[in-house]
Amino acid sequence: MSSPVQDLSVLHQRREQRLMLALALPALLVILLLVVLPVGWLAWQSVYHNGFTLENYRRIWSEDIYWRSFALTFQISLLVTLLALLLGYPIAYAASIAPKRWGIIILALVVLPFWTSVLVRAYAWLALLQRTGVINQLLRQLGLIDEPLALVHNTFGTVVATLHILLPFMVLPLYATMQQIPRDLMQAGASLGAGPMLTFWRIFFPLSLPGVLAGSTLVFVLALGFYITPELLGGGRTIMISMLVSRNVELYDQWGAASAVGVVLLVAVGAIFFAVSRFIPLDRVLGQK
Amino acid sequence: MITSCGRHALFGVSLGALATLSALPANADQITFVSQGGAYQKAQTIAILDPSAKKLGITINQDSIPDAWPAIKSQVASGKPTWDVVDVPTGYCLRGGEQGLLEKLDFSKLPNGAAMPDAYRSPYSVAYEFYSSVLAYSQKKYTAEAAPNSWADFWDVKKFPGRRALRNHPIATLEAALMADGVAPDKLYPLDVDRAFKKLEEIKPNITVWWTSGAQSAQLLNDGEVDMVMAWNGRVSALTKEGAKVAYTYNQGILQSTSLCILKDAPNLATAVRFLNEAVDPVHQANLPLHIDYGPANPKAFDTGVIKPERAAQLPSAPENAAKQALMSYAWWSSPAGEAAEKRWVGFMQK
Repeated sequence: MSSPVQDLSVLHQRREQRLMLALALPALLVILLLVVLPVGWLAWQSVYHNGFTLENYRRIWSEDIYWRSFALTFQISLLVTLLALLLGYPIAYAASIAPKRWGIIILALVVLPFWTSVLVRAYAWLALLQRTGVINQLLRQLGLIDEPLALVHNTFGTVVATLHILLPFMVLPLYATMQQIPRDLMQAGASLGAGPMLTFWRIFFPLSLPGVLAGSTLVFVLALGFYITPELLGGGRTIMISMLVSRNVELYDQWGAASAVGVVLLVAVGAIFFAVSRFIPLDRVLGQK
Repeated sequence: MITSCGRHALFGVSLGALATLSALPANADQITFVSQGGAYQKAQTIAILDPSAKKLGITINQDSIPDAWPAIKSQVASGKPTWDVVDVPTGYCLRGGEQGLLEKLDFSKLPNGAAMPDAYRSPYSVAYEFYSSVLAYSQKKYTAEAAPNSWADFWDVKKFPGRRALRNHPIATLEAALMADGVAPDKLYPLDVDRAFKKLEEIKPNITVWWTSGAQSAQLLNDGEVDMVMAWNGRVSALTKEGAKVAYTYNQGILQSTSLCILKDAPNLATAVRFLNEAVDPVHQANLPLHIDYGPANPKAFDTGVIKPERAAQLPSAPENAAKQALMSYAWWSSPAGEAAEKRWVGFMQK
């Protein structure tokens, strides 16, 4: 038998839970209407065409174009992620150890382009990288090259622009993680005789790994779905998955096939998140506690 | 059908407000007309839409979308389309007719359309304006005497060194490849698809960019990114007006059209039919090239006296220019063979 006092607290707890549920309901409804239903419809459309069929998935499995695009998309995404990590880590590190005012300036420089439209940035890269673009002109005037370099309308141009657009998604989680690493640990390491390099590699770097994983996951997953950038800077040859989706709808009029490609991509992203969640709690990827 | 129910549900969700609006009793004296936007839609507004609205006493609401096809499909599938008349590449009208997405036209109510040549109309559509996929080039790179003048020249990288661009789409590109391989412009159809792709493989290493939008094709030529490109005549002439050193030839151009068609169960069907007839009236049609470099689809427009001879010489559908070109067969492209050819494209691009 429980005492009246306990009963009251249980009652209180239940009421609180109900209130929480009521508060969350509008948001859940929005997700249901705008995410769950359309995605469900997408999945349905990929398997239903005058009856249940796996034809669309069989095609993805058996036709070369899908394999090639998936492979290219994963390669580009992986490359962009690695480069973003190589470039982003020092930036985040600098921002976290610099005096506060400098840290803010560094972060602002990273975040400012983030507020510019992806389309505008893609065209800006076109202006920089093309044959008569700023970079080729400069190199020519300096006498470093005779013939303009092919910097754009290929995979190279796609990777550069994608990297630029996604860099903030690497820097911000890294910075957030680094901010939380207690500086005393470094001092303790130093007091035990370790040099700056050793304290960095033995103490700071391992503690920053959750940020590395978080940033890398975000960048990789976002890169998988890139569309405008490869479309504008890829010269037509860099065919990523999202472009296959649009080609299927626009050129081939095959909504089922487009849906199936979307579902496969969604499942791939889900699998990546699941894998990452095995190593670190997902809430550290999606938002710092 | 369950898929259409699914689509309906989605539209009910995402376009809830719009669906409610369209469910209201339709005003018989208005239509919604959809075109491709930009300078083109502005020109047709002045030349055709405004005068037609005035003459018929109707209101024409406009919408624009670069690629209307997916929207047409989903609007009709929803059972409650909000658009009435669309101006789209003729191939979409043929395909849409086959798939039951469009209203079959009663030509007895469309005297202006009925008077046009058979090749310019289908049971579901009437040709509206002509444009052409032409060979354009930089005059900085090639002098007038030594300029490329045929698709064989475009393919000849020894005689005409330079960087090239083609459209990232099989339509018109396969035709150009076949003409480069020696097929006469009037002997193209049915296309020898294998032969066309084989010829394209030949030029592929020399293609710097496969463009996807008309704006991009003009930009590439203007920026000197490429020296030679297959582009739409209006895009190139717009550049010359801005003073760019570029030129093009109608020789072996591929004459293409957009057509007007009416969505199945359009909310203002009767008014839409009246408008469609008015839109291909020779005088309205003759007004169009006064505002943009596209040609009227109704050949009678050239007899109205509105288009001066020197202007006619610049238009793709003027009889003299049309004679130098290949007339695209949309019927072939919407046939099974044509659709199979389209499907080979992405595979070709990836190799």
